[in-house]
Amino acid sequence: MPVRIVENKENKTVTAFLSGEIDHHGAKKMREEIDRAIDENLPSLLVLDFGEVSFMDSSGIGLVMGRYKKMRDLDGRVFVQNPSMHIKKVMRLAGLDKLAGIGDSSRKGVQP
Amino acid sequence: MKVLNEMKITFPSKSVNEGYARLAVAAFASQLDPPVDELADVKTAVSEAVTNCIVHAYPDKVGKIEICARIFENGEFYVKVKDYGCGIEDVKKAMEPLFTTCKNGERAGLGFAVMESFMDKLSVRSKVGRGTCVVMRKKFSQRG
Repeated sequence: MPVRIVENKENKTVTAFLSGEIDHHGAKKMREEIDRAIDENLPSLLVLDFGEVSFMDSSGIGLVMGRYKKMRDLDGRVFVQNPSMHIKKVMRLAGLDKLAGIGDSSRKGVQP
Repeated sequence: MKVLNEMKITFPSKSVNEGYARLAVAAFASQLDPPVDELADVKTAVSEAVTNCIVHAYPDKVGKIEICARIFENGEFYVKVKDYGCGIEDVKKAMEPLFTTCKNGERAGLGFAVMESFMDKLSVRSKVGRGTCVVMRKKFSQRG
């Protein structure tokens, strides 16, 4: 499974644990699953965890930006969690660090 | 400059081949013993170039994508990604960061920006109706 969704109704948070390689081929299925969880839960915070993502090209930027727009429409936020150095580099190139919070969770799976 | 080694692959523009293409090129480039992060740069740049062929060069059909990679005597790594698709009318405009013809908002318009930033040199030649050829070069830093 490229995406594992954890919903926390109390905190109004959806966490999507992404894994594997994010490219144009795989991104569509990932964003469909994340969007389904957003539509069902209407969270105020969406956490995208990149801890298990081994590769990402600019398709991952499209994925984060698309979710950022969706969450903005809900007056919500996006937090990008546990990206590798390489993924951070791709995200910085796109200026994603200005749109979404980026950081590490102190423990895997702990929400900010 | 003398070519020390060369590889060529040809495959159809199916999105499932994006992973194959970047891994094949990275495996070939590994002969130069590049640092891990610089090899990731090459994988990302190739992934962008191949995705452009699949999404833009052949929007409504499956066409041929050719990759040729070379290792030069001076340690420079060269990779060419070529298609015979629709071509780009205005290459300069297509290369502007965030420019995209994609309507659904899920493509960031950063393909060429990634290639330019992650590789040392990028050149793009294109003819409408004939296809596009992207050439990228990178010299890996020596591991101390």
